[in-house]
Amino acid sequence: MSERSDHIVLAMCTGCSIGDAIDTKKLGLLAQEEGVVCFSHPALCSEAGLAKLHAEASGCGAKRIALAACSPRAKAEQFAMEGKYVERVNLREQVAWVMEPDEEDTQMCAEDLVRMALAKLRAIGDKPPYMPAAVSSDVLVVGGGIAGLNAAMAGLNAGYKIHLVEQGEALGGYATRIHKLVPDLDHQEKLREPDTQTMVDLVMAHPHVKVYLNSTLKSIGGEPGNLSVTLDDDQNTEFSVGSVVVSTGWKPYDPGKLTPLGYGDTSGVKTLEEFEHHVSQHSVPDRVTFILCAGSRDEAHLSYCSAYCCTAALKQALYVREKNPNAQVYIIYRDIRTSGFQEDFYRRVQEDDSIFLTKGRIQSVNRVGVSMQTYIKGSLIDEEIVIESDMVVLATGMVPSGSESLHLQYRLGEGLPGIEYDFSDSHFICFPYETRRTGFYAAGTVRAPMDLESSAEDGSGAMMKAIQCIECVKRGEAVHPRSGDLTFPELYMERCTDCKRCTEECPFGAYDETEKGTPLSNPARCRRCGICVGSCPERVIGFADFSINSVSAMIKAVHIPDEFEEKPRVLVFVCENDAYPALDAAASYRLKYSPFVRIIPVRCLGSVNKVWISDALSHGYDGILQIGCKPGDDYQCHFIHGSELTRQRGENLQETLETMMLEPERIMTKFVEISGHHQIQEMINEYVEALALIGPNPFKSM
Amino acid sequence: MNFPTLVIGGGISGITAAVELAETGREVVLIEKAPYLGGHVSGFHNYFPKLCPPACGLEINYRRIRSNPRITYYTGAEVTSICGAEGDFTASVSIEPRLINNNCTACGKCAEVCPVERNSVPGGAKVQKAAYINGGLSFPLKYTIDQEVCLRESCRRCMDVCAFDAIQLDADSAVVELHVRRVIVATGWHSYPAELIANYRYSEEPDVLTNVEFEHLMAAAHRENRKLGRPSDGALPGRIAFVQCAGSRDLNHLPYCSVVCCSASVKHALTLAEAYPEIETEIFYIDLRLTGRNEKLLRKAEQTDKITFTKGKVGRIGKGDEGGRIILEVEDIMAGKKQRNSFDLVVLATGLVPNPLIPLLSANEYGFCNVNQVEGIYPAASCKRPMDVSASVKDATAAAIKSMQRSDE
Repeated sequence: MSERSDHIVLAMCTGCSIGDAIDTKKLGLLAQEEGVVCFSHPALCSEAGLAKLHAEASGCGAKRIALAACSPRAKAEQFAMEGKYVERVNLREQVAWVMEPDEEDTQMCAEDLVRMALAKLRAIGDKPPYMPAAVSSDVLVVGGGIAGLNAAMAGLNAGYKIHLVEQGEALGGYATRIHKLVPDLDHQEKLREPDTQTMVDLVMAHPHVKVYLNSTLKSIGGEPGNLSVTLDDDQNTEFSVGSVVVSTGWKPYDPGKLTPLGYGDTSGVKTLEEFEHHVSQHSVPDRVTFILCAGSRDEAHLSYCSAYCCTAALKQALYVREKNPNAQVYIIYRDIRTSGFQEDFYRRVQEDDSIFLTKGRIQSVNRVGVSMQTYIKGSLIDEEIVIESDMVVLATGMVPSGSESLHLQYRLGEGLPGIEYDFSDSHFICFPYETRRTGFYAAGTVRAPMDLESSAEDGSGAMMKAIQCIECVKRGEAVHPRSGDLTFPELYMERCTDCKRCTEECPFGAYDETEKGTPLSNPARCRRCGICVGSCPERVIGFADFSINSVSAMIKAVHIPDEFEEKPRVLVFVCENDAYPALDAAASYRLKYSPFVRIIPVRCLGSVNKVWISDALSHGYDGILQIGCKPGDDYQCHFIHGSELTRQRGENLQETLETMMLEPERIMTKFVEISGHHQIQEMINEYVEALALIGPNPFKSM
Repeated sequence: MNFPTLVIGGGISGITAAVELAETGREVVLIEKAPYLGGHVSGFHNYFPKLCPPACGLEINYRRIRSNPRITYYTGAEVTSICGAEGDFTASVSIEPRLINNNCTACGKCAEVCPVERNSVPGGAKVQKAAYINGGLSFPLKYTIDQEVCLRESCRRCMDVCAFDAIQLDADSAVVELHVRRVIVATGWHSYPAELIANYRYSEEPDVLTNVEFEHLMAAAHRENRKLGRPSDGALPGRIAFVQCAGSRDLNHLPYCSVVCCSASVKHALTLAEAYPEIETEIFYIDLRLTGRNEKLLRKAEQTDKITFTKGKVGRIGKGDEGGRIILEVEDIMAGKKQRNSFDLVVLATGLVPNPLIPLLSANEYGFCNVNQVEGIYPAASCKRPMDVSASVKDATAAAIKSMQRSDE
């Protein structure tokens, strides 16, 4: 029999208490009414159950399957069906395990979930994945410091061609200006000679690299897989790459802002960077004071810790002692932060009787005659002390160089958006290389303060992500966090009014604009969060399986009892990333919640379109609850500001409610953590109770 | 032959290496010795510095594994031997029986009838049965049976009740031989044994815990929606002490700094301050090492009047008194005097020790894995040196690309 997209099979499982809680025969009748082939099995995921599933599906040539069993988070491999669209109806976790068995309301909920799935399967489209015509497998590395060098080397070793752009006249960056390195674990006695040149030579000699020295970028346009790069040189050199590693490095914190610490006295006060250079050329005086956290860990300057300065200052203390055996060194710290094996080095420095270390807060640094006086409070020796020395070295912190120099030809700006402290990242704990521009991966000190060893590793890791992005684009797949997703947003341009909401609200800058302001979509930049679907007032944006129509159809498929039946209906939009698993977890602990809710998972809370809310209210739902991930500074939204947008859009929704003469409480937005299974249960139950006090939606009977 | 890449260790680092490789198009075999993936972090309450649940990032990674046919994983699996060379290593992997097969639907009937209990988190947490699952976000989403305590054939209650033929009480351990091209080693770490720090009375006092145990205590309380209870009597502790560098930075124990413990303790103190405003915490430290942006946590903590920082190494932990209070003796460096303070619960910030390495690899003087030892074998994350989650993920991603070579194409 030929395959027909309008043929749908409803496969029901009665195992895992589903059959005890729900009358699946009645679900079968419902399927018959809807003209859908239907069968049930006591263990659909068993070998026999799967055999039956495949036989039934091919028997009627169905390409779409409503699989009413457990959560899509369970048995994913077993229920994946090649070439067919499987919609999982979560009767187990969202009905049988959380509602009273064999009750009328439980049954109604199950029936509605099946109706919603069938409506969705009828409303969705088929669309081949987005495959760009030509994909470049080359990677651009911006910045030839230690992170960039390691990125290039890793990419070359893995078989990719690299374009390396460096603004300076040589590769190696800050690493080449270092006098000596901290000892490694095996040779703790000696400071090591830097060996960056070996790596520079290796990269320069590689046949598959093109190094552009003294070069900056004029522009980068296009999308991952096909980014067109133009250099700012006489020839306006152009080439294409698939993705980019951004390793633009750091700069020292502006010491001009540290005049209270004596900066400006050129002979008496130097920064760490200046002193690193100074010792390789000059003799050192007899008394040197190092002031740590000069600018770092300070709300007025850099509120973060710059991570590298403690070890660097200890190392410089040894320079002083090596160059001038008579020298006395003072180190004033807040905490000595020599992490990991660097503790050995700290111990080694402490063994030197001529190096004095004390905790303390610097009050001032002044020149008095030939010497510098450092006033310190709260030291370990005394509450107030003054140290006289010939030179003061300020351990200034790291400031990320930023990424404006990429000159992205993107509607939303030329660099990678920084979120906190201008570091170019988006989810630095779990997914440290992700930025808010698809195909651009930050490496080294541009994304966090770190030392040389760490920057080197970072370059390699970022290159891994860069080549992965290229391989994903070649397969038509989305990258993190919806890795493997083959759908992409499409715009029905005839109805677009150039309002620019989609271009402005996309967290990843996927949309550009024509001069007129018409959005230009770049599907390979897209992470498939659907925030543009939620943003569009004209409802012109949709994915094949997630569109205005498909969700509207689900909303309208629910049967709304009339107001006298006292069976309210609450539509719950849940973010599928955290809220949905939290509901599954609630079910695994059998935490009961109201059978009056009808749950629709969404790609991100930010993908909820206003029209679904008004659809639901006019259809007669009594209330709408939206549950997403935590917004704010420590956001947990996988798409950065999806849930934040929902909060902002909430204000507009209140206007909608007013025009419909409805109470503001009919729409509620809540945030939950993935571990909040108790909280999400309470949210749902409390909301349903609160709605009962407001009474039924007056549109119900219309 | 185009063999897959083997990733040893299914914690956050191994998972990361595996999914990054698979999404780049490589075949990967991931093996984990525990019955579930996720390693340490899957049992943690929250991450620093965002105080967010680890399950959030893990779930994304599990989804990536579920939907990627290029990853094969084994749980309860350990490498017993490995030989060969880059391009064709042969790894013998022994697989402990789960006693529950893939038919399991995680319905939970087996645990309902199981008469045997297994060790669980102290402090009033629900006791796990021999048939158990680590909560609804576990991966794989199926039960396991603790073979140490299961009564097997003499009980069989789970077999009688399982509707899916999922129970296999007679299952035996198996050995699988894997041919792999290259190997990523992400075998991770464990806590320094606190009982070795004799003056801290860890073995004697039930209310002296390690930071990892405290993490589990917090996680269990949240999971079960109840108040935190201390192990001895289940009561909510009023005063909690955090003892930093319990073993770390100490030539008698761990000469190195374990990197994560400062941030972890400040995270605990802040989490407590948010959830239990009545609890007072005091953190005893040598240096507060919240590097990079973790500094933010410290600033937040300093603004909270429920958290006190005292510079000084705890010398001795005394016997609990009749009220169940534990005496801490510490030299307060800034005040320049000895202090004796009593607490209801003491958390030792014990450090990180590398897990035993796989055969073929040698360790440095501290037991961590030396890098660049064997062509084709790449150690990653905390088996190399102590590091936090973010650094581990980054290092694992870097190890992944090292296992991809031009010559493979």
